[in-house]
Amino acid sequence: MTEPSFQVAAPRSTPVANPLFEYLLRLGDDRLVLGHRLSEWCGHGPILEEDIALSNMALDLIGHASSLLALAGEIEAQGRDADALAYFREAVAYRNALLVEIPNGDFAVTMVRQFLFDAYSVLLWDALSRCEHEGLAAIATKSLKEDKYHLRHSSEWVVRLGDGTEESHERAQQALDSVWRYTGELFDHDAVDDAVAAEAFIAIDHDALHSLWLTMVKDVVHRATLTLPTDPAMRRGGRRGFHTESLGHLLATMQIVARSHPGASW
Amino acid sequence: MDQNPTVAAEDPALLAAFEARIAAGESIEPKDWMPERYRKQLTRMMSQHAHSEIVGMLPEGNWITRAPSLRRKMSLIAKVQDEAGHGLYIYCGTETLGVDRHDLVEALLDGRAKYSSIFNYPTLSWADMGVIGWLVDGAAIVNQTVLAKASYGPYARAMVRICKEENFHKRQGYEICSVLANGTPAQKAMVQEAFNRFWWPSLMMFGPSDTDSPNSAELLKWRVKRKTNDELRQRFVNLTVPQAIAIGITVPDPDMHLDAETGNWEFGEIEWSEFFEVLKGNGPCNRERLEARRKAHDDGAWVRAAASAYAEKQKGRSSTAAA
Amino acid sequence: MSDSQWPLWEVFTQPNKGEPFEHAGSVHAPDGELALQNARDVYARRGEAVNLWVVPSAAIVASAPSDAGPFFDPGNDKPYRHPQFYIAPRGVRIF
Repeated sequence: MTEPSFQVAAPRSTPVANPLFEYLLRLGDDRLVLGHRLSEWCGHGPILEEDIALSNMALDLIGHASSLLALAGEIEAQGRDADALAYFREAVAYRNALLVEIPNGDFAVTMVRQFLFDAYSVLLWDALSRCEHEGLAAIATKSLKEDKYHLRHSSEWVVRLGDGTEESHERAQQALDSVWRYTGELFDHDAVDDAVAAEAFIAIDHDALHSLWLTMVKDVVHRATLTLPTDPAMRRGGRRGFHTESLGHLLATMQIVARSHPGASW
Repeated sequence: MDQNPTVAAEDPALLAAFEARIAAGESIEPKDWMPERYRKQLTRMMSQHAHSEIVGMLPEGNWITRAPSLRRKMSLIAKVQDEAGHGLYIYCGTETLGVDRHDLVEALLDGRAKYSSIFNYPTLSWADMGVIGWLVDGAAIVNQTVLAKASYGPYARAMVRICKEENFHKRQGYEICSVLANGTPAQKAMVQEAFNRFWWPSLMMFGPSDTDSPNSAELLKWRVKRKTNDELRQRFVNLTVPQAIAIGITVPDPDMHLDAETGNWEFGEIEWSEFFEVLKGNGPCNRERLEARRKAHDDGAWVRAAASAYAEKQKGRSSTAAA
Repeated sequence: MSDSQWPLWEVFTQPNKGEPFEHAGSVHAPDGELALQNARDVYARRGEAVNLWVVPSAAIVASAPSDAGPFFDPGNDKPYRHPQFYIAPRGVRIF
């Protein structure tokens, strides 16, 4: 199916400077930005138990990001550690998918976004836990366990919101309709993916992943009595640093203290 | 679970037996007979403590998104998450006294219930994260270690769990301060400035001298409170001043001096009028704290309702399926 | 439907395989699935348990303090309920 989209993925013929580094940034930035978004809920959740659950997911994701960015820094071999990468890169140098940087919105937006990401992440980690790169496979195995638990939480909430009250159903449907356009990017395959497949033997079949993901999503959407969006238009660009305006503000907040004291230890 | 055993009109024999149990160091459990005043005092004390944990998430939550390293970011989220958990343990303990958490939450949001005055102060720099962990959690630990032996079973048990988790909070806070104090001139200034703002309010956390505290005598008799406010405050000061000296932080009290005979760090007069203003609701951010909690609660109503509605539907479905 | 903090559930954790379940505390949840998840987040996120039970608090039937005497007082005149009362012949293994 050809989707109308602004072509920002790297044409497959373009050589990529350090593909494994780029690839790890994508994985790490996804989780750092999403973890940061979830942490914005701390103290503002709909009920105490949910404050704890949201913090739990935030913590896990930032932990995964930390490991991934640390590995990225090692691969880059220019002396940047996870903190240097997290706190001293501009938005255009970030490689997260757009899905994770969009504002939290209401609880429905947060949970729907979380579910769509968790379903993708569980499938991805499952595949990557078997990849040839030992460092990444180890991170994948550990992260898979935690993400499975997140998926359980987010999917159960999507069902409860969809099949709850009229208001929650409406909000859940609106949430699904509004974030759907960011899901295509998760399954894009570009020159970076080709390069890591060739050089680091990390070969993910994105179409197969997308298909499995769609099956999982359809199942939960059905149980939630929601309707799967049909608009094929997808927004993309995060993987190449073409972000929404939200990311700049997110990073300004995240980085301000570190950048105000360059070289300081914390 | 049946929460309320029938309460006779304060039978003196029952009261005497109750007080004998307390004196013998026995634990009072939820279904035991207890004087109505004991039940009321415990409900007030425990719910106030729980509210404090919840409101306490806000001053620190304020800096999660700005934490300057990934390790600090994760530690701070974990700390705030622990505080949510502590509030939860204590609310559940309070519920064993026959009150619903819904009503406790309403009392907080209506402004009827109190919570610790310290959380009405704003957090203005990253260093506040270190200072709060060190001083505020430090003060809480001094309070709580004795509460672990409180006469009411559920409260004591919640406290044991909390104390285990609390230790790392204080150490974390002190470590942040230590790193700052040994850092750049700007960092040193940052931590000293933060310490200056939180020192006196931390001392006020222990409450006024017991002669000015209406509830103390009764709570001491019932072994819910085990030490006086002044005793706990002095213990806190004695612990903390050497820690400050060790990292080169000056205590903002010109009268502070070590009494060689008693071994106590004697401190200056506390400005109690500030404390009472804060208690009345006129502190730097009392309003903001409650507004934040009200907003979270109000915004969350449809979410809570959705989950309840789904649960009701499921019940209906399983009974239909079984039929 | 009026606002609520959801029903109360009692949480029991099994610290290690084979050990007895212990009462850990309570959580609020709208149903069993979320009760289980909430219990895990509150009482088991530091790896303190390998297994969890959650039970609606309303389902618990408890003894009352006034039961103490009749229910629990052992009356130490029943030694035949204790293993030490029985003498086994030497050399015979008793489990």
